Amino acid sequence: MDIQTIIFIILAAIIGVCSILAITTRRILRSATFLLFVLFATAGIYFQLNYSFLGAVQLLIYAGGITILYVFSILLTSSDGDRAEPLKSKKMIIGLLSTFAGLGVCIYVIVKHKFTEPVFQMGELNIRTIGHALMGTEKYQYLLPFEVISLLLLACIVGGIMIARKR
Amino acid sequence: MEYTLLLLILPLFSFLVLGLLGNYMKPKVAGFIGTLSLVGITIVSYFTAYNYFAAGRNADGVFPTLIPYNWEWLPFGKLSIDMGVMLDPISVMMLVVISTISLMVHIYSLGYMKGETGFQRYYAFISLFTMSMLGLVVATNIFQMYIFWELVGVSSYLLIGFYYTKPAAIAASKKAFIVTRFADLGFLIGILIYGFYVGTFSFTPDTARLISAGAMIPLALSLMFVGGAGKSAMFPLHIWLPDAMEGPTPVSALIHAATMVVAGVFLVARMFPLFIDFAPEVLPWIAYIGAFTALYAAAVACVQSDIKRVLAFSTISQIGFMMVALGVSTSIDPNNGGLGYMASMFHLFTHAMFKALLFLGAGSIIHAVHSNEMSAMGGLRRYMPVTHITFLIACLAIAGIWPLSGFFSKDEILAACFNFNPLMGWTMTAIAGMTAFYMFRLYYCIFWGKENKELHEAHTPKESPLSMTLPLIILAAITCVAGFIPFGKFVSSNGTAYHIHIDATTAAISLVVAVCSIALATLVYARSKQPIADTLATRFAGLHKAAYNRFYIDKVWIFITKQIIFRCISTPIAWFDKHIIDGFFNMCGKCTAYLSKKIKWLQDSHIQHYCIWFLAGTVLLTIILLIF
Amino acid sequence: MVQMEWYLVLSTFMMFAGVYGFFTRRNLLTMLISIELILNSVDINFAVFNRFLFPEQLEGVFFTIFAIGVSAAETAVAIAIIINIYRNMKNIQVRNLDKIKEE
Repeated sequence: MDIQTIIFIILAAIIGVCSILAITTRRILRSATFLLFVLFATAGIYFQLNYSFLGAVQLLIYAGGITILYVFSILLTSSDGDRAEPLKSKKMIIGLLSTFAGLGVCIYVIVKHKFTEPVFQMGELNIRTIGHALMGTEKYQYLLPFEVISLLLLACIVGGIMIARKR
Repeated sequence: MEYTLLLLILPLFSFLVLGLLGNYMKPKVAGFIGTLSLVGITIVSYFTAYNYFAAGRNADGVFPTLIPYNWEWLPFGKLSIDMGVMLDPISVMMLVVISTISLMVHIYSLGYMKGETGFQRYYAFISLFTMSMLGLVVATNIFQMYIFWELVGVSSYLLIGFYYTKPAAIAASKKAFIVTRFADLGFLIGILIYGFYVGTFSFTPDTARLISAGAMIPLALSLMFVGGAGKSAMFPLHIWLPDAMEGPTPVSALIHAATMVVAGVFLVARMFPLFIDFAPEVLPWIAYIGAFTALYAAAVACVQSDIKRVLAFSTISQIGFMMVALGVSTSIDPNNGGLGYMASMFHLFTHAMFKALLFLGAGSIIHAVHSNEMSAMGGLRRYMPVTHITFLIACLAIAGIWPLSGFFSKDEILAACFNFNPLMGWTMTAIAGMTAFYMFRLYYCIFWGKENKELHEAHTPKESPLSMTLPLIILAAITCVAGFIPFGKFVSSNGTAYHIHIDATTAAISLVVAVCSIALATLVYARSKQPIADTLATRFAGLHKAAYNRFYIDKVWIFITKQIIFRCISTPIAWFDKHIIDGFFNMCGKCTAYLSKKIKWLQDSHIQHYCIWFLAGTVLLTIILLIF
Repeated sequence: MVQMEWYLVLSTFMMFAGVYGFFTRRNLLTMLISIELILNSVDINFAVFNRFLFPEQLEGVFFTIFAIGVSAAETAVAIAIIINIYRNMKNIQVRNLDKIKEE
């Protein structure tokens, strides 16, 4: 068992436990915190895959930006001792049943499927390459999606202000 | 001859204008528009007639059949229904009749219908009627004729039910529509058989096809005659016509005396070449039915007390005469057995004039005394001189007194009957005598006889306005001179010129019979006391009562429809429809409703539940995909 | 050496955790958090496929970047809506949402 595997197991454990806790805890602020842990662990996965830029983005936007947004909105919309009411067992059983059915099918497919031979190549992704790919218009370059995302974000800013402003 | 299309466009236009915009105009304006369009139609049709007959004959001595317009309207493979205008001697003759009578009725109605509610509607309907009737006579093929035939029926229905607040009028309009529709079923089947076997709806089909069709042609023609019998009120389908008198009197004059009811005669005349060549065995039956109808109607007319009913039965009787004349024709040659065709058309022409005159006169009388019953009349000659004189002229004409038009046409019919069979000749002469008798009974009871003094003192009858008397005078003038028209020069069975000559014997017999009948009527009804009539009525009480009730034919029909058709056929069908057919669809509906109630909870508007279903479905599909 | 399937199983687990949360939670914000979990698991898949199957190309990485951008946008708008709802109804339970239609 090499170091990579150990790290993976640790990350997987964090993700598994925290994601379950995030959706089962009855305090919403805790739920957001567990989400934050999951996001951190995901960033770790990216680092392990040698995508440091991606990991950085994940940390910056997800962990840094979105989670803060959540926390703010939770603080805005919930009072202190707010707890979700306990689940009805019927609803929980139905949810569990369908979830496990889906999970079973997906894992079965993943395990059974013959992928093309996976090869793990170590090697850091150069930032210069990313920048060129993001700003180029050739094949395998992504200026157009980049611009579309920019527009989308702009629209979201406007929309968010429009929706949330006081009437 | 392209302008003949105006004959259909003008009345259609005035119908649309009056029908759609009538409520926005004053009654006077509406009447003016309707009458003006009729003046236009009359001018066009006279012009057409002049041009047509002045253009002369073909080399073979026959007037050409002109078809200025013929559009293919509904093509069905080889068969097609066309719409167009066809001019030949009888259709041109009908154009003149229809436009003349219709114009007279339009002018007359300006006075008669004054102040009625729905004046504009009346003129709209009457324009519709004129359009359909003109379309019927100029039809280029049997199917176009059928379409306009039904349109005529519709306008007749609308006009009979003009006083739609009166229950009797509603019942009468329904009766007229249903009875004629019932007969038209025969007509339609006949047309379809004809179209199927002959391969065309045209009046002049391929002779070879006709011969190969064999016995189907007599069948088709007989069925067409059933339709004609319904429209022309032949026994036993006559029951609607007396009731149709519930409509306004000018309508009775136009539709139920002069034009629409002779459509059946026109139909038989139109199909006459086919009858003669391919179904000669059907023609005598037409004659027998016509003769019986004439006799029956004449007998009933002798005892009716409602003057319009008398005229209605008289109309039925006279149409019987026309049918007889067609039926007794045995060949296409007018000099040798084909006289009846010409006689029939001639009688149609003259009858239209004097019967319209009689109805308009009756309308004038009703206008003055506000009643249809003879008991409200009597002695009216002092109050209404113009109506009196014109009515007398019409009565003399229908009785067949020289030199009025009825004499000439009836004489030709009787001559044709004598040629066919002496028995038929004598029968028709006797019926002609009855005609003279009941017409003069009517005349005396209205203008002479016992005067209803109380009523007339309370409300003095006075002569009708000029708009009503003018048409009477014009029609009376036409009635006086129409007999001298050399009708055979224009219309004859094979199209060649036929010189009308009076058969001296027949003429003498019919004149003597007519004069005797008039004398008898004078004896019985002219005085203010009518002892002979009362004695006869009491002596033959049963017969009198039966005739007064029209020999219970209506009762028979009611029995047949209510007791037999409704009870034995319609009720089970209705039950089947209500319980089986409706039940089936109700069951479908109930099942759907039940099912949707049961699965309603699926749509509970909780997005989480929808998502669960979505996931379940996806999983299921994936599993299916994996297994297969 | 870590197998590719392990990563995939991990992301699938994470995704169905999100799905379960989405099904069962009543609070709008928690539902949104569940959605974040789902999106995140997809991001992992992109990166993993890119690294293991097509290491010389960059689609996976860029799709992850774009997906992160989209989810940021989505969260912003969703939270704006939630705050608006809260302002109107004083709570953010999903079962109360049908009242919005009536107003």
